[in-house]
Amino acid sequence: MKLLNHTTKYLAILLVPLITIWAFIFYYAMLDEIYDSLDDGLDNQKVLLLQRLPANPEILEHKDLELWNHSITPISRQYYDKFETRYSDTLMYMLNEKDFEPVRVFETKMKYNDAYYKIKFITSMVEEDDLIRDLVTYLIVLYLSLMITIIVLNNLMLKKIWKPFHSLMSQLPNFRIEKNHQIKTKDTTIEEFKLLNQSITTLIDQSRARYLEQQHFIENASHELQTPLAISINKLELFLENTNLSEAEFKTLASILDDLGRLTRLNKSLLLLSKIENKQFIDEQPIDFNQLIATITEDFQDLASHKHINLKIDYRARLKFEMNKDLAIVLLTNLIKNAIVHGSQNNTVTIIVHQNSIVISNFGSPIALDTNLIFSRFKKISVDKKSTGLGLAIAKAISEKYAIELLYSFKDQHYFNLYFPKGG
Amino acid sequence: MKLLIIEDEPEMLENMRQTLERQHYIVETATDYSAALHKIGVYDYDCILLDITLPDGNGLELLKTLKASGKDEGVIIVSAKDSLDDKLAGLNLGADDYLPKPFHMSELHARVKAVLRRRHFDGNPHISIGNVSIFPETREVMVENQPLVLNRKEYDILMYLITNKKRLVTKTALAEHVWGDHIDQADSFDFIYSQIKNLRKKLEHATITIEAVYGVGYKLEVIS
Repeated sequence: MKLLNHTTKYLAILLVPLITIWAFIFYYAMLDEIYDSLDDGLDNQKVLLLQRLPANPEILEHKDLELWNHSITPISRQYYDKFETRYSDTLMYMLNEKDFEPVRVFETKMKYNDAYYKIKFITSMVEEDDLIRDLVTYLIVLYLSLMITIIVLNNLMLKKIWKPFHSLMSQLPNFRIEKNHQIKTKDTTIEEFKLLNQSITTLIDQSRARYLEQQHFIENASHELQTPLAISINKLELFLENTNLSEAEFKTLASILDDLGRLTRLNKSLLLLSKIENKQFIDEQPIDFNQLIATITEDFQDLASHKHINLKIDYRARLKFEMNKDLAIVLLTNLIKNAIVHGSQNNTVTIIVHQNSIVISNFGSPIALDTNLIFSRFKKISVDKKSTGLGLAIAKAISEKYAIELLYSFKDQHYFNLYFPKGG
Repeated sequence: MKLLIIEDEPEMLENMRQTLERQHYIVETATDYSAALHKIGVYDYDCILLDITLPDGNGLELLKTLKASGKDEGVIIVSAKDSLDDKLAGLNLGADDYLPKPFHMSELHARVKAVLRRRHFDGNPHISIGNVSIFPETREVMVENQPLVLNRKEYDILMYLITNKKRLVTKTALAEHVWGDHIDQADSFDFIYSQIKNLRKKLEHATITIEAVYGVGYKLEVIS
């Protein structure tokens, strides 16, 4: 859920009790005011009646409450002394409404010409059910208009305010540390966004510096390893020739030599990987992949026949693509070698060249490989100790460099598909 | 044949010196730029092995000086950097070959021999061993003056073993030389065996033989 909708949601929920509570307070406050003014009005009627009485003594004969809105009843002295002025609510039948409606009643007393009277005044009162109905209607309208205003304002204002944030967010998913593209921050006066922009810029700059440092560290370390490796290998080779060794000793030394060879290959692969990532293969030329595949498979023919694997190459189209030649060789060599090394004996490794793609497939273990791990560094799928675990990682790095899609799939056979970008 | 090794790493230098001396070359050494500059100014060599990263200068500068002074020594650049730029720069400056570290001793012999051969045969390229003659220019092989038909790999294997005759050549070194660097991660080098078997069959009437050494490598011997 968007932040914008979140705040709106909370506001919508919070406003319901708020408005309800407010409605109660408002209702009683208003009712209180109405009673107050009605009672004042009734008081005023009494004053008016007393003023008119000397001139119009027939007022004392007014008994019909419904006709005169007041009635005057003579009372005894005792009753007069005990009587206290009071206001009360009651219902009265209204002819126009044909229903009992609430009325306000004011009962008071007076002494006139030594006689005692009780006077009753009435006035029509506000209809509470109508008042509540109206109040609820208006409050719902108020609530809805408040919500609409909030949503519209939020959308307009927050969108504008959050612009630096959204601009940042649209760039971050595309950020790749290995590519040297900058994140462009939008200037803003909002403190929080300023801080965010600053932090992101610093974070990216620092990460990028570390990344480059590490990249060059791997490259430098690999370089530095070459000489001691060369010395060890050569010393062992000289030693093997020099000395009269028993077969067992000879084989032990030879296996050390083999391990040093593996170390050398690993080192070379690491160096190659960091060189690809450090963009040290610039020189590009159109590569004829049909021809390249023919050359590479010829080199692998001996390995394949040794494993009784039949190499089947099907050129369905001519595929040309512009890239670095050494990298093209490494890419296809690694994939073809992978298919042969992991291919099962007495079976076929198939290479099909299409207009814009190459498919290399081999029979092997009957279970699909983990697509998440297969192209990762040092994730060895097999237990084969001679493999460096970098071959497919290198192939992936090369294909990514040229926007070639390298995909793995499994259906009876293990398939490695290379999809070349069109017009490349 | 007189060789000069310019290499600042003493152990590397010692290894190279030992193995080349065993091939009966006269080997001189220089461990830095100024010593090397002095030596190439005074003496003539048949082949110079040149490390490009020297403590007091760049090997490529030495190569420039050498070529500028009109000397035509064979030069093999030996480098730990294995960088394409250095390789291209070196070859453009007139180096004969580029050998990235680490390398096998047998590979070093092969490269040195190839350079010397190109410089000294002068149109009459021809190697004889036992009753076998090899013509590297045309890649032809004769056994007692009868042509022997070899495929590309068989020829490369034979040539490599002859270059390193009577010395142990490991399977790894042989595979990397004949099948190229990219074969090097193959799960085993046993596939070499079938080519060796074919080669042995073809060399039935030759007075040279390819011996297996404890399953580690091969050695070419001359039958006397």
